[in-house]
This record gives sequence, structure tokens and C-alpha cells, in this order.
Amino acid sequence: MSIQEKQVILSLFNTVLVLVIYSLWLYNRYLSVTPEVINDFSFWGRAFVILVPVTIVVQIVMHILFHIVNAILSREHVPDKEDERDKLIELKSIRLSHWIFITGFFLAMGSQALSMQPWVMFILLISFGFIAGMASDIAKIFYYRRGV
Amino acid sequence: MGRDSIDNNIRTLRFLNGEMTQQELANNTGVTRQTIVAIENGKYFPSLELAFRISHVFGVPLGEVFIFNHQNDPVIRKQNKS
Repeated sequence: MSIQEKQVILSLFNTVLVLVIYSLWLYNRYLSVTPEVINDFSFWGRAFVILVPVTIVVQIVMHILFHIVNAILSREHVPDKEDERDKLIELKSIRLSHWIFITGFFLAMGSQALSMQPWVMFILLISFGFIAGMASDIAKIFYYRRGV
Repeated sequence: MGRDSIDNNIRTLRFLNGEMTQQELANNTGVTRQTIVAIENGKYFPSLELAFRISHVFGVPLGEVFIFNHQNDPVIRKQNKS
């Protein structure tokens, strides 16, 4: 397995880890105590505003740890730059995640057009954002393995 | 582009150039070793710029590094049928 594939798998793992832990924390801290906040726009706004930087920080910390552990265990050279193949794979995976997120956004707006509860929209946005991130990583693994 | 329509002689050329390693070729062409592996195995077709860089490293024309098999190319086969 190449170093790029390992990094993508780590990113996938981080995405799942952050979302699961953050969802559990949100549920235990707010939703189980005061269920009525589920339709509070400011609650969902805060949830999004906290989730994004937390995800970025976790990804950075985990990648630093990965580089240290990888250097100690395998002594494999980690490329310090992206080449044209990496960029092409990145573009293709971003295109896929873009379409998935746009689909989620459309469904989220559709839920409001059908007069559903506001929480449906926010759950759809978070879910499709999460699925888009995962699909991007899975697509990268696929392209690194099968070829571009 | 069909995956079978372009072959390459990179492995042979590395051998003929003092068993140049994939890492050495990668360093000389400004890409990662994994990209050289993918090109050698036909899993990635490089840009024209990288293809020229590879041929420059080996000191041979581009056509000696990459070979176009027109019999296997789906576009040309389609044209020949019609």
C-alpha cells in the first residue's frame, strides 16, 4: 500500500471518528437534555460552526502523528509535494464529492419546500456533507489502486 | 483513450541506464515514485510535459519511451469499421 493510500485511509478514519464522537456529544449534551432545540436554528448554526474547525484540527493533528509514526516504523520516504497524478486524483474525487453534496443540498431545500421540520434540512446537510467527504476518500483509494 | 493503446518501455530503459531506480527517475522528473510505478504498470498516462521529461532523462525520442498501438485504440478501430 502506497503512502498516499495510507494517508487517504487515515483521512477517512478521521472523518468517521469526528462525526461519530461529535454526534454523540451533541446528542448527550443538548438533544437528550432539551429535545426542543432540534428545531432551533441557532443550535444547528453553532453545531456547524464548531464541527468545521474541530474536523480541520483533528485532521492536522492526526496527519502530524501519522508522519511521525510512519517515519519511525517504516522509514518510507513521504513525498513532500503533490505531483500531477495526485492533483488529477484530487480533482476527480472532489468532483464526485461536489455532486453528492449538491444532491444533499437540493434534497435539504426540497424538505423545506415540502414544509418539513427544519431539523430534516440540517440532518440532510450534515449527512450528505459526511457522505461526500467519505465518497471523496473512497474515490481516491479507488483511483490510486485501479489507476486514473 | 483505451488503456491498451499506449505501451511504454520505461522498465527496459531504466535497465539500460545502469539499472536506474524508480526513485531516481522520479527525482529526475519531479514526480513521486508511486507515479513512476503507475506509469510503468499502465495505470496512469502522464502529461505531455512529464512524458518529454522522462524521454529527456533517458536521452531518447518520446516515441522510444511510449508506443502508440493504433490497433488497440477504440477511436481508430471505430473509424476503420465505418
